[in-house]
Amino acid sequence: MSNKQAELTSGKLTLAWEKRQLPSPWLSVAIPIFSVFMALFLSGAFLAATGFNPLEIYGAMLDGAFGSAYGISETLVKAIPLALAGLGVALAFRMLLWNIGAEGQFYMGAFAASWVALTFPDLPTQIMLPAMFLAGALAGGLWALIPAIPRAVLGVNETITTLMLNYVAILWVDYLVYGPWRDPAGFNFPLTAPFSAAAQLPVYGTTRVHFGLIFALVGAVIIYIVLQRTKWGYEIRVIGENQAAARYAGMSITKNIMLVMFLSGGFAGLAGMSEVSGITHRLQHGISSGYGYTAIIVAWLSKLNPFMIIVVAFLLGGLLVGGYNTQTMGVPSATVSMIQGAILFFLLGGELLTRYRIYFTRKGENS
Amino acid sequence: MTSDQIIAILAAAIVAGTPLLYAALGEIITERAGVINLGVEGMMLVGAVSGFTVAVGTGNPWFGVMAAAAAGGAMASIHAFLTISLRANQVVSGLALTIFGTGLSGFLGKPMVGIVAPKTLAVINVPALSSIPWLGPILFRQDALVYLSYLIVPLLWCYFYRTRGGLNMRAIGENPAAADSVGINVFFLRYVYTVVGGAFAGVGGAYLSLAYAPTWLENMTAGRGWIAVALVIFAMWDPVKAMLGSYLFGGIDAMGFRLQAMGINVISPFFLKMLPYIFTVIVLIIATRKSLKKHIGAPGALGLPYDREER
Repeated sequence: MSNKQAELTSGKLTLAWEKRQLPSPWLSVAIPIFSVFMALFLSGAFLAATGFNPLEIYGAMLDGAFGSAYGISETLVKAIPLALAGLGVALAFRMLLWNIGAEGQFYMGAFAASWVALTFPDLPTQIMLPAMFLAGALAGGLWALIPAIPRAVLGVNETITTLMLNYVAILWVDYLVYGPWRDPAGFNFPLTAPFSAAAQLPVYGTTRVHFGLIFALVGAVIIYIVLQRTKWGYEIRVIGENQAAARYAGMSITKNIMLVMFLSGGFAGLAGMSEVSGITHRLQHGISSGYGYTAIIVAWLSKLNPFMIIVVAFLLGGLLVGGYNTQTMGVPSATVSMIQGAILFFLLGGELLTRYRIYFTRKGENS
Repeated sequence: MTSDQIIAILAAAIVAGTPLLYAALGEIITERAGVINLGVEGMMLVGAVSGFTVAVGTGNPWFGVMAAAAAGGAMASIHAFLTISLRANQVVSGLALTIFGTGLSGFLGKPMVGIVAPKTLAVINVPALSSIPWLGPILFRQDALVYLSYLIVPLLWCYFYRTRGGLNMRAIGENPAAADSVGINVFFLRYVYTVVGGAFAGVGGAYLSLAYAPTWLENMTAGRGWIAVALVIFAMWDPVKAMLGSYLFGGIDAMGFRLQAMGINVISPFFLKMLPYIFTVIVLIIATRKSLKKHIGAPGALGLPYDREER
């Protein structure tokens, strides 16, 4: 390690860094916040350059997302699938499993829950909703298990396989809603018949905020407890941080890869279930508007912390709602994913500062 | 199926495989230097939209291709800065590049939706060669970007295995510390190969919007960037195998499309559209098994940031 005490000898002033023993705690909070602002600033400059007024647009976004009780309730509506899928993604990321298939797992969860609702329309609520819950989580988990098994056994790159399966899942749902499951009374729209009232999650008052919010909150608490307080959670954290040490300690990496991916997909599947049961009350084309991808940003921005995931999901939910609000001003809907990508860039760049101390030094000195 | 139909499908396989080929070659170059860039999808999309915009604006598709290469390279330079200079996580940075590129291309491409490219890459019949039975109509009645790829593949192969530059490139991908100790500039070269790889992905995108489609649609790559990343593993980081793989995937793509066009309704078009994705998963599993058996695989330092202090 180089000497940080730069002597005032002659030489060129250069930037140097050294590793911190522990990541700086206040920087790990400050950098995500700073990243969001920098991303908004950069995107704002871009909007200005293409002839929009960024302040006006951001104002409208803020107003749409958080400026009214209705806006906040809609932000919560978007936060529910983001939080659930984000919890799942974060669980896999913790073990350095790059599950970017939350989008597909979401669709399969929505599909399985819809199958229950449409096949057994006469079930009472007390049986219907738990059955849909289980079906959604199970389908999402099994969909994630398809890439998990070759990953665990052969080391097949899960980034690509989980992503490929997203397209398959979306096409599968499209096949159903354009074909055998299409509602004959639906004026040819790609959607199924509506679910019976028993298959609909309860909502809060007159808003669209549904019981899925409780799933997300309880899920965050359970994940926190399991990771921090149980032996298995400890194993997961060890495998994520040092696979060689984990193997040496006799932990089964193969088994844990499959288990964690199954649970990860299960959460995304639950997001799909709560979306059909809580919001649309039917399966339809484009049921997720990229929640599974935004969940990746939710997970990384919250540093994989389950409680932060809830907070970040709410903020990024606001970005989605705000984004819809500005489309009437002629702002392309793609602006939102541009901002999301930019947030990740700044976050990644900023992480260097939490891990390294940066200082100036003069070249040519003895160290 | 008549022989004419088979020839038509094989020729279409080359067309559908060419964007994959450019993107896969770019990723091979990047990964050989030790950097994994999962932002191929985003770079292709930005390449597709910038290529299309410039081609529409100037009326010359070749300016479009050049703009696409520049745009792809510019996108890759973000990844290079984050992962090489700032040592950020390469997987997440690549994902960010894809998300950002999807958004940026949608934003820039909004005024272009529905416009027909005034002049696209024209099909050129190669004299003499194009009249060879079977091979002629398949290989030599294509556009200039296809012919360019025929040249690039052997040239890249020679560069990788027969030149000093290629040796250095493989060295920084396999063992950057050793390369550094013999005076190879690891950081600089990783930048160069990441940006060049991005330029290839950009051209792959432009091929979609200027020759294959030829129009601009939001998200028109439809996962081809990811298929290209999978192809790199399938090809074991070899440009010649990448070419064969690209045409194989192109063939699957073309066949699904043809079956639909021929009105074969036994299989739903939704299932036909699933084929390339399912095929990618299966191929990836087979390729990984094979490379395990033969003990050959990814460059040794792939995905790892190089840190001089940790030598």
